[in-house]
Amino acid sequence: MGEELQFKTAGELSDLLKGGSVSSVEIVQAFIDRVESVDDRVRAFNSYDAEDALAQARASDERRAKAERLGELDGIPVGLKDNLAVKGQPLTCSSKILESFVSPYDGTCIQKLKANGAILWGRLNMDEFAMGSSTENSGTHTTSNPWDLDRIPGGSSGGSAAAVAACETPVALGSDTGGSIRQPASHCGVVGLKPTYGRVSRYGLAAFASSLDQIGPIARNIDDAALLLNAISGYDPHDSTSYKIDVPDFRKAAADDSDRKWTIGLPKEYLEENSDAAAIKPVLDAIEFYKSQGIEFKEISLPHTEYAVATYYIIATAEASSNLARYDGIRYTSRAESFDGKDSIDIYHQSRALGFGEEVKRRVILGTYVLSSGYYDAYYLKAQKCRTLIRSDFERAFESVDAIMTPTSPTPATLKGAHAEDPLAMYLSDIYTISANLAGIPGLSLPCGYVDGLPVGLQVLGKPFKEDEILKLGWIFESAHAYKDHHPSL
Amino acid sequence: MPEEQSIDIQKVANLARIALTDEEKSKLSGQLDSILGYINKLNELDTSNVDPTAHPHSVYNVWREDKAEGELPIEEALKNVPEQRQNMIVVPKVVE
Repeated sequence: MGEELQFKTAGELSDLLKGGSVSSVEIVQAFIDRVESVDDRVRAFNSYDAEDALAQARASDERRAKAERLGELDGIPVGLKDNLAVKGQPLTCSSKILESFVSPYDGTCIQKLKANGAILWGRLNMDEFAMGSSTENSGTHTTSNPWDLDRIPGGSSGGSAAAVAACETPVALGSDTGGSIRQPASHCGVVGLKPTYGRVSRYGLAAFASSLDQIGPIARNIDDAALLLNAISGYDPHDSTSYKIDVPDFRKAAADDSDRKWTIGLPKEYLEENSDAAAIKPVLDAIEFYKSQGIEFKEISLPHTEYAVATYYIIATAEASSNLARYDGIRYTSRAESFDGKDSIDIYHQSRALGFGEEVKRRVILGTYVLSSGYYDAYYLKAQKCRTLIRSDFERAFESVDAIMTPTSPTPATLKGAHAEDPLAMYLSDIYTISANLAGIPGLSLPCGYVDGLPVGLQVLGKPFKEDEILKLGWIFESAHAYKDHHPSL
Repeated sequence: MPEEQSIDIQKVANLARIALTDEEKSKLSGQLDSILGYINKLNELDTSNVDPTAHPHSVYNVWREDKAEGELPIEEALKNVPEQRQNMIVVPKVVE
């Protein structure tokens, strides 16, 4: 099985292309065939255009024939979460309100992937507007976890993680506002990286919560995540929050063998109270492995951890209520057919009522409330101050440690429907991931074992702009544990 | 944070420009009350001497030349409009 193209990593495929033993058309065809044979069960894709992908592959093969290869990703498929703008492709955010939307321009990440020669491959399912942790809030359908089809893949980038785990694409892009890359990567047994806020331009990413959102890679190993991060990083004049800072070669940094002394922090608040010990046993085993490699661990405290979920749900919903005001039924969304003709704004009310799903309505209304007159100081300003306290916890911790390790999620993937009537319970499951977004630091989730056949992720949090260090730490574990060769049976 | 949490759901839905059915209103008010109850946890923290964070890293002003670039042709810009005529967006009549 391992010989087949769809089971190879992007790095392996790139080497095969370089060696001339396969063509991009053969690679793309292998992934089209794979999607056609397994996606009726996984349902990771909202849509894909096989003809267009093959046309991109032919162009890549022609470049190679003329020795005009554009980059490491030339000829390699990259799956895209359905909130990234590609000129001429649909962009639905898995929402009915954007069901007919076609992007008029390429986002910066997409321009960079095109400049690298990547094959833009498919639109991957997500919770509507990235609001959720399971893809159950998708306006189209729920994606299944490839390891157990009755379970959620996690979310919101659940389609991206499931597609990579099911070998329907070698790598994919997701977006992470409160854990939306790391948690589904953990649930699907793949690698997911949320870069430092500002590392990757958000231009062309449909905005959810602008001070928290980051685009990042999902892959089957560390090397592929680094490869994709190399391709998409960098300052962009179209995103004034992207950061003017050097971009190292993450691939080289991850594989660098030179000796270095590491000190890793274990936050007592994460390991003591919240987790079911059996559910995170592989994480504890992974920590023992690191210790056996001479890496030093020390207990640290992030005292404001218990306030992170409340802080996050004020800031994220407030920013979402403002960002989603643009979906108004007038300019580029679907429009309700019946509305009160005497009331000029009823067209907004009706179009949004029809176009938004339940979770989006809940969050937009909560966000509107916390920003409304008389409540702004009590909620939004208060949350921004609490955000300072949470950020300071990490700044203090990083004075004495190089990185922090935690579980990615309190439990492996739950059964579909488990949180259907209790949104607060779903919000609380984000406890380990959301602080990284509030603090703006990078976070990696990598597969570290299984509980009852379900993958479990180890989270590595790093200092701002030190993605190279957390990738290196992931590499140390991965080199001794071949999870990239474990595939769900489909 | 205010003690009494009961949210005036109709008022907020109006501000958010989302028409809700009666059933949605009652379900959402219950859920939002419980979420707001949880959020009240932040009152335990004394933040009187804490500056708010709007952005995770230090920010600087961003300037550029006042020069148009990358603009979309009208047909492209209007491609997703629900209804259009003569390069304009058609909306329902709002004045008598």
